Amino acid sequence: MTRNSRYGFETLSIHAGAGPDPATGARSTPIYQTTAFVFDDADHAASLFNLQTFGYIYGRLTNPTTAVLEERIASLEGGRGATCTASGHSAQMLAFFPLLQPGDEFISSRRLYGGSITQFTRTFKKFGWSGLLVDTDEPDNVRRAINPKTKAIFCESLANPGGVISDIEVLAKIAHEHGLPLIVDNTMATPYLCRPIEWGADLVIHSTTKFLSGHGNAMGGAVVDSGTFDWGQGDKFPSLSKPEPAYHGLTFTETFGDLAYTIYGHAVGLRDLGPTMAPMNAYLTIMGCETLALRMQRHIENAQAVAEYLSRHPQVAWVSYAGLKGNKYHALAQKYLPKGAGSVFTIGIKGGYDAGVKVVESVDLFSHLANIGDTRSLIIHPASTTHRQLSVEQATAAGAGPDVLRLSIGLESIDDILRDLDQALGQAARLAA
Amino acid sequence: MTAAPVVNEDRHASYTDAHIKGILRGVKTIAMVGASTNWNRPSYFAMKYLQDKGYRVFPVNPGAAGQTVLGEKIFASLRDIPEKIDMVDVFRAAEHVPPIAADAVAIGAKVLWMQLGVRNDTAAETAEKAGLTVIMNRCPKIEYGRLSGELGWHGFNSGVITSKRRKI
Repeated sequence: MTRNSRYGFETLSIHAGAGPDPATGARSTPIYQTTAFVFDDADHAASLFNLQTFGYIYGRLTNPTTAVLEERIASLEGGRGATCTASGHSAQMLAFFPLLQPGDEFISSRRLYGGSITQFTRTFKKFGWSGLLVDTDEPDNVRRAINPKTKAIFCESLANPGGVISDIEVLAKIAHEHGLPLIVDNTMATPYLCRPIEWGADLVIHSTTKFLSGHGNAMGGAVVDSGTFDWGQGDKFPSLSKPEPAYHGLTFTETFGDLAYTIYGHAVGLRDLGPTMAPMNAYLTIMGCETLALRMQRHIENAQAVAEYLSRHPQVAWVSYAGLKGNKYHALAQKYLPKGAGSVFTIGIKGGYDAGVKVVESVDLFSHLANIGDTRSLIIHPASTTHRQLSVEQATAAGAGPDVLRLSIGLESIDDILRDLDQALGQAARLAA
Repeated sequence: MTAAPVVNEDRHASYTDAHIKGILRGVKTIAMVGASTNWNRPSYFAMKYLQDKGYRVFPVNPGAAGQTVLGEKIFASLRDIPEKIDMVDVFRAAEHVPPIAADAVAIGAKVLWMQLGVRNDTAAETAEKAGLTVIMNRCPKIEYGRLSGELGWHGFNSGVITSKRRKI
């Protein structure tokens, strides 16, 4: 079923999920800053608790402001539904929660945000879940790693921090040959640059903290279900296909059809794990979505200019930006991100670890912090920050070796961005001299 | 050069919102074939929801005929219902639909609706030839919720874009 096919991306960015408020006519989405919602009567309450009717119960499960954002993101990704969460990290937990039982495994690209590598390989172990990291550039690595315990394949469309692009169509084909869903983190690309569901992804996740909210002011995450994966096959996903004791033996796939995954995300995932997005953050993220297309156009325009400038800079050893001709991932970028290869990428600085530290301490316009996808330009030295929990080998494999700097190019005047980088690189060069 | 005629066009792959809305606005009485007395079955959910929205729902289930569910007497067959039925909603596996479609035609129903996951093109053809409107692989509860905005309360993509204030 084609959804929203009559409307363009910019229209959906502004309108999807957000008609005028039914109660007041307010045109901007109201912030429903409430923890709970009254029941009409005992029977209405029972129907809601039994999941027999639609409606609000308690803010941990659903909220009208957050629901607008959920519909907005589901719509932009071309999915059936979405579950918003407190952060991108909790979106990953919620995404796997309906799929994995203790002892189960999933296969992930090894080129991930460093925090995800730690979550997948260490913290998830406490749930009995194993995340197996492989080099997904070589599809046979994925095929070889699949075993009867494997329940999903995971990658980032545009990987953080290295400017790596996953071959989503190939990974989706491998996943589906084995009856597995492909989960794609689309945070760095956003649905403006890449829509993974159109390439075969079954679930798409976001850290909405980044480009979707876009202003560095609201934490959040989202899990989008395409609505097309058959969760009932072969009893592989018992949380969805077997009776759920906590709902009197209701079976999610049978009762809710293609809504099952998203209803489970709210009714069991958020209910029992609790990482709910705050309504205020949902509101800020809705505001961000409204200008997503315009912002992304400027982000990629500035990023391309910075990447080209740095690729000619004497203090820079290499630039890993798939928008550059000759980049290893340039062909994949033209396929999956034809409008532009995002605005986050890494560079290698001559002078290694110490030079990297000097640059992040010398910038004046760039902010030295651990985030991406802000209106402001941002810089970080992953080896001394986001990836420092990893071994040098792991960090290097993830594209975060000692000489690596990660840039998130913002929306400032391009001349100011280039001037700030140039002066900081100059200071690093004087340090080495 | 003229375009080749479209063959095997699947009219039931998708339905317009206006078409579904027209059906849900037009019908008043619904016979639910495969209605369950178990409060935790999908058909019970749908029946309760549709009753709340003002439809009169007549449950049909030969195994439970004579019992009562949600205040309504259960009938053994569509032909036993004494009232005029606008729509027949089928909660049965696809292979059981043809005789139900024949009964729907016999009692003069206007709509034959097969639930999410249920599709039988032979049965659909029988009903359509007799002038009935046929919907397959959809749930009226979900469609009602989607088009009224309620489904959006739970984070679903309704496909509805509007600058008009909805009725509560």
